[in-house]
Amino acid sequence: MNDSTRALAAVAATLLLAAAALAVFGLAAGSEGLSFAWGRDWDLVAAIRAPRTVGALFTGALLGLAGAIAQGLFRNPLADPYLLGSAAGAGLGVVLVLAAGGLFGRLIGLANADLLLRFGLVGAAFAGALAGVTLTLLLARGTAQPMVLLLSGVVVGILLSAVSETVMLIAPEALRGKQIFLLGSTAFLGWNSVAVLAGALLVTLPLSLRFARALDALVLGEASARSLGLELPRVRLLLVVLMALATGTAVAQAGLVAFVGLVAPHIVRRLVVVTHGPLLALSALAGAVLLLASDVAARSVIAPQELPVGVLTAVFGGLYLMVLLRRRGRW
Amino acid sequence: MNAVLQAEGLMLQLGGQRALDGVSVAFRAGEWVAVVGPNGAGKSTLLSLLAGLRAADAGRVQLQGRALADWPARERARQLAWLSQQGEADGDIAARDVVRLGRLPRHGLFGAPDAADEAAVERAMVETECLAFAGRRLSQLSGGERQRVLLARALAVEAPVLLLDEPTTHLDAPHQRALLRGLAARARDGAAVVAVLHDLTLALTANRLLVMSRGRIQADGPPDDARLRAALVQVFDGAFSVERVVVDGRGRWVAVPTL
Repeated sequence: MNDSTRALAAVAATLLLAAAALAVFGLAAGSEGLSFAWGRDWDLVAAIRAPRTVGALFTGALLGLAGAIAQGLFRNPLADPYLLGSAAGAGLGVVLVLAAGGLFGRLIGLANADLLLRFGLVGAAFAGALAGVTLTLLLARGTAQPMVLLLSGVVVGILLSAVSETVMLIAPEALRGKQIFLLGSTAFLGWNSVAVLAGALLVTLPLSLRFARALDALVLGEASARSLGLELPRVRLLLVVLMALATGTAVAQAGLVAFVGLVAPHIVRRLVVVTHGPLLALSALAGAVLLLASDVAARSVIAPQELPVGVLTAVFGGLYLMVLLRRRGRW
Repeated sequence: MNAVLQAEGLMLQLGGQRALDGVSVAFRAGEWVAVVGPNGAGKSTLLSLLAGLRAADAGRVQLQGRALADWPARERARQLAWLSQQGEADGDIAARDVVRLGRLPRHGLFGAPDAADEAAVERAMVETECLAFAGRRLSQLSGGERQRVLLARALAVEAPVLLLDEPTTHLDAPHQRALLRGLAARARDGAAVVAVLHDLTLALTANRLLVMSRGRIQADGPPDDARLRAALVQVFDGAFSVERVVVDGRGRWVAVPTL
């Protein structure tokens, strides 16, 4: 085992340990503070805390993965599903389905509606995420200028969020109680959500790992990557679709959780020098740890009430981005 | 001998300007060719067309007698190694992993590199003296170190045709010398080496010079050709003269700035 493999293994082991430790707290954190009497609380743990904890891990993993794909694909260390318009697009998809579901839910019976809604949500969020990032790319005319790309993403994000707000105003009763969800929350994650999230992770992680070398080649620049025989348009399309699928699924289940996708790959890159294969896998792991840590904190800081986890990640992520911008000082 | 790479009547408009205006040129195996000319002459554009990275408005490029566009991307990438002007490459992957990308055309996106690939990577890194910082991030290397890594990446392809755009950028004199010796040796071993060079004294060590200006080839020949040297001085507006010096008993051409 050489030095770099050893460093890699150490980071992976640390992240796994952190995830396990946090999971213990996730299972213990309830509305009355921490309680490790799992035997007594078994029903509560199995029905609520366990899916919420596992769901937070999977959601974080999807966001971390999406961020690592975005940063490699757009050759921009500040890229993030949130900053590329894809999260706002996914949010709009979710709002539209929720509004429509509110209207039709009563017609087809609540149980059916819930299942339909869940798949509808993922589909709409995926389509919205794709549409969001496509709009951003069109506006920025490609990925050549990082600053323009970022600004375009912000503009698209604002526009799509405005549309979401408008829909929420038009159909307020369908979306009552969903505001917290849209701020980003793990409170709605049940076993159904966990299954959907696991499915998305099982598709996006192995597929993106398979194409990780294309992201390595993109380090050289687009023309050089093509000179190496890469069919760039096809590879890029596939990776954008994977990023949108990961983002869309996460947003559909846990709302708009900001900055996990930005921060997770950064943490990994600070810790180890790696190619995109390990970077993608470790970013997923770091995203899982970050989101579960934020979630446990969000449930504990003002217990018995809880903060939407999205608010917490936005605060910490925003601070992190500020530090990053100050330190970089260049584009 | 047949040309390995051949361009005929290349025309290209870029932003309303005629970047290439009817360029025809052929390169044979074993040739060491320097492309020179003032800024905006069309040197880099020509190289990217020869590498198949850009399509011409008119004209054609043939690699081993077959239209460049008809080559499957990966097979073409095994035949043609292209080094871009510096500036685009940036990232946090290690120098050695950057050089390894040169083997991508061999094993493909999904194949695993084998011992032969690793040996080629090692050779290229030894040649460009990159081993000392093999584990460091590309983004943390100095300009010269980065250029050597990118060069090693291009050399690691071990392609029969090398197209290099300003390979000496940021290199100090010893590394420039090492590079030029390496390129000349590759040509002697049968590769066709084509490099855009700004340093004219370095360019005059090549076997053949392409002198370009305003999208055309103004002269094409060995440095010993008096008409070529005259064209060279002329396209650069007489900013230098080409003089004969004798080094170690061998006659050489050098460019001397006219101050």
